[in-house]
Amino acid sequence: MKPLIRLMGLMAAFMPVVSAAHAESVFDYTSGKLLLTGGVNTVEGTAGGGLTPWAVIGSYGEQGQFGANVYATDINTTDYDIRSYGGLVGLDDRLEISWSHQDFDTEAVGAALGLGYGYTIGQDVLGVKVKVLGDAVLEQDTWLPQVAVGIQFKKNQNGALVKALGARDDEGTDYYVSATKLFLAKGLLVNGTIRATKANQFGILGFGGIDDDYHYQFEGSAAYLLTRKLAIGAEVRTKPDNLAVAKEDAAFDVFVAYAPVKHISVTLAYADLGNIVTRRQTGLYASLQVGF
Amino acid sequence: MKTVLIALALAVVATPALAAEPVKDSAAVAPVIAADDSLYREFGGHDGLVRLVDDFMLILLDDPRTRDFFVAAKQDHIKTMLVEQFCVVLNGGCTYTGKGMKESHAQLGIDRASFNALVEDLQKAMDKNDIPFHAQNKLLAALAPQHRDIVTN
Ligand code: HEM
Repeated sequence: MKPLIRLMGLMAAFMPVVSAAHAESVFDYTSGKLLLTGGVNTVEGTAGGGLTPWAVIGSYGEQGQFGANVYATDINTTDYDIRSYGGLVGLDDRLEISWSHQDFDTEAVGAALGLGYGYTIGQDVLGVKVKVLGDAVLEQDTWLPQVAVGIQFKKNQNGALVKALGARDDEGTDYYVSATKLFLAKGLLVNGTIRATKANQFGILGFGGIDDDYHYQFEGSAAYLLTRKLAIGAEVRTKPDNLAVAKEDAAFDVFVAYAPVKHISVTLAYADLGNIVTRRQTGLYASLQVGF
Repeated sequence: MKTVLIALALAVVATPALAAEPVKDSAAVAPVIAADDSLYREFGGHDGLVRLVDDFMLILLDDPRTRDFFVAAKQDHIKTMLVEQFCVVLNGGCTYTGKGMKESHAQLGIDRASFNALVEDLQKAMDKNDIPFHAQNKLLAALAPQHRDIVTN
């Protein structure tokens, strides 16, 4: 929890700097995108919804510009506390590079399993996303979505444990393709993602298991704009079920995202992550993003 | 440069009709997006559009991101043309008498960020005039594809 609090402090300190940087001259280089069109940070750092990547490039950097943000997320589920923080850089509305760390706090389950109360599994994710075609926002007279491809390099820090649980590896690489379209006249944003992955529970329980193959997963989200600053929506993310010791299910959430200004957004959700080792994990998802 | 080329190629692919039509009217008047004049009335009809565009121009002139484009331009003319153009799109029964979007913007060197800045200023003007959010989005959705003719940088 401590690093999270420190990060939040950092963010708060960071905000006025960003605002001050908004003197006329820097408009040429930053913050040229429309509100919320860079998405928020997923639990793996990549820009998108809360659980699934979108084809948009994160941050408010338009073509010919750059942007960056940092975020912190907490998902407090039935048995666990999942914390995620990190940040990303967006370049030329073309390339996104993200970094994220997840702490999966097992709380009382850790004690029950003999690992100790609050035993925490850590994971780092380095993400790269490239927009390959289309335009989610301005091409309002065609159905063609914006399409991006991405990679997430994941490194689990508790290799001995995840291997004891049946995972074959403590690191893995996810590949995904996302298509995103805003139907502005209807105020509706739709996204679909196909992911090839070996990760168990996002990688928190390692990679590979019963088999060592890539599994193709579908992820989708829809968001409805209530106002320019406020969106509500829902997401689904299927996951492999590749560990013999415990069943793994799809994850769902319903969310509300609020961006009063471009520097800050808050996302609240009710998430159902499906069974994670013990039982079905549901709870509140809260995320804060600060950037430009 | 490559980005621009890709964007152009996409624009051409996405609008096969564009190439065949004369430049002048290509996208100047965007599609008519309403079956009757109810949307036009949500914008307050002719008087509403005049108020909207007056506010819009003031906001554009106040915005450091867009000011330089408009200070030396024929503001009254642009405002009149915008009223006509919006009126056509909203099915208010007008005729657009201005230049094509390509023709009027080609020399301005407008980039995506400036385009979005203008969109934000139009949103501000529409908010000020109490135009409902869903109606705003319909107009913006009709105008947005014109970025293909307007954004050259
Ligand atoms: C969808 C977006 C836009 C629409 C619908 C639009 C519409 C128009 C119209 C109707 C005119 C008058 C044409 C005529 O003279 O007959 C015009 C002119 C002009 N527009 Fe735009 N425009 C858009 C975007 C922009 C942007 C992004 C900028 C700059 C940031 C801009 C700057 C200008 C300027 C400077 C003129 C005057 C050009 C001249 O002196 O002839 N416009 N626009």
